[in-house]
Amino acid sequence: MSTLTARLSSRRTRTGSVDKVVLVFGTVCGFLILMAVFGPLLAPHPPSQTDILATSQGPSGQHLLGTDSLGRDILSRLLAGARLSFLGPGIIVVVSATAGTALAIAAAWHGGWLDRGLNRVLNVMFAVPGILVAVLAAAVFGAGFWAPVLALSLVYIPYVARVVRSAAVRERRMPYVEACELAGLSAWRICTRHILRNVFPIVMAQATIGFGSALMDFGATSFLGLGVQPPSAEWGLMVSDGRSELLDGALQQSLSAGALIVLTVVSFNIVGERLSSRIGASG
Amino acid sequence: MTSDRLLSIEGLRVDLPSRSGSRERRTVIHDVTLSVDDGESVGLVGESGSGKSMTTKATMRLLPPGAKVSGGLTFRGESVLDYSRKELAAYRSRKVSMIYQDPRAHTNPLLTIGDFLVEGVVATGQMSRADALDQACALLVDVGVTDAERRMLQYPHQLSGGLLQRMMIVMALMPSPELILADEPTTALDVTVQSEVMAILAEQIRERSLGMLFITHDLDLAAAVTDTLAVMYAGVIVERGPSDEVYSKPRHPYTAALLKSRPSAVKVERLETIPGRPISAYEAGPGCVFAARCPFATEECREVRPALRQVGGRSVACHRAEDIASELFEGLSA
Repeated sequence: MSTLTARLSSRRTRTGSVDKVVLVFGTVCGFLILMAVFGPLLAPHPPSQTDILATSQGPSGQHLLGTDSLGRDILSRLLAGARLSFLGPGIIVVVSATAGTALAIAAAWHGGWLDRGLNRVLNVMFAVPGILVAVLAAAVFGAGFWAPVLALSLVYIPYVARVVRSAAVRERRMPYVEACELAGLSAWRICTRHILRNVFPIVMAQATIGFGSALMDFGATSFLGLGVQPPSAEWGLMVSDGRSELLDGALQQSLSAGALIVLTVVSFNIVGERLSSRIGASG
Repeated sequence: MTSDRLLSIEGLRVDLPSRSGSRERRTVIHDVTLSVDDGESVGLVGESGSGKSMTTKATMRLLPPGAKVSGGLTFRGESVLDYSRKELAAYRSRKVSMIYQDPRAHTNPLLTIGDFLVEGVVATGQMSRADALDQACALLVDVGVTDAERRMLQYPHQLSGGLLQRMMIVMALMPSPELILADEPTTALDVTVQSEVMAILAEQIRERSLGMLFITHDLDLAAAVTDTLAVMYAGVIVERGPSDEVYSKPRHPYTAALLKSRPSAVKVERLETIPGRPISAYEAGPGCVFAARCPFATEECREVRPALRQVGGRSVACHRAEDIASELFEGLSA
């Protein structure tokens, strides 16, 4: 009797078990997001306060991660910079996931020329490197926060659209969709209430994966001087700022900002990949 | 005469593209003529691929894109094939309801039963949500679901197949339709649950005196619950008449062969089979669709397609219906 109870309960924990990898990296992602939200409040020093008497210093009690070439506290700048570093890719992911999902469901629903047309456009868009479009946008609109956000929002659409489209096409062919059509539901209602609901986990997984790469691409545009401009704090910009000091042996700025970027990209990617393989998304 | 019929199908023919994108077409229904009156249950019987489901799909105008439909399809005298988008939506959502073979595949797994039952009538503006929920509860009680309110809050995966099929019956009855299309409603169910669900469906239809087109491959079941029986083979209706007549005295060799090939509940013996394999509609030659497998086939049968004609109180599509009548009855009574 007791063995049966034990077996039954162990079974329950197995089916409802949480993926440990997702748990660990999900927690990291959570901390990083909290850092982006509350970072500026936690910063021990004002992030833009310079101190020409203490430039390019190594870690010390007063400056835990040292200072940069203008004597600004690196830890404070990392905390403050998290906000812009996350806001950019956040907007990119929200915009591209929304647009990509809308396009994908519309194509799956309508089929025919719309579907074929969308597929062609997506294939062309896949061929264009994101950074190149960002450079172009910076040339047209001027360097700053919005140019790369705008460009990358566009570039990331196909990554969402392709995966969601294949899921939506599968959903479109489900008999329950036909039943909904017969019940007289409008196409809009079937798409939003039934198909979107069923493909939503896939959208979330794709957006999570996309966030990691968007953060890297956004950081790269700042690194190249096309995105966020100094004196604002942003991780990609900080990697770039720290370059000049590298030869003098002051690794702290590039290294710490770069490490944070790597940690964020890896964490979001792992969580996203795990989610998407768990859902069984394919593209 | 046919103008005020509930549903009237005259010489329906459906061709589908053989592959998507190609111009070549394959005929899936050659010639279907049948009608359903108010309060009448019509059984459409045939084996897999005979075009039964295509007939219902055509009735709902749910054929895949590229399908070519000819012939007449009228609902209360109005041509369904000429319906505008708006009329078609009203026809599908209010006048005709469909009960599907596989209830689980036809429900969205993420919606509760309550949401699922009321969504259609609420979205098409036939009822307020509160009224719809009340009516759904009442109907659930009608179909023998005791704890209706609890069921409404559950999800499809929490319900058994039989229970879920009763939900489908309720959903079909929600908009108070005039015609029910039941496409093998009990095939996916357990045999013991089958008869129960069938009885509930038949009772609901009778109480509301609705018309029903009942699609099945189970001749016994169809004969038991319907008034009129139409037997279909390779996209053609071969025999049509009052259920008990067709069932006890078949006049078409195919119907007779089907009746002979049923297992008996009392005798243990080898089942009789129909020689050859069932053909698809597009494989049929110029003659009778059943000619290749028919023991009575003559040269005429292979060359001239027989039309439905009146023989012994029903319509039969067979050149030799009169000649072979006595031979068909043989072995049936035993």
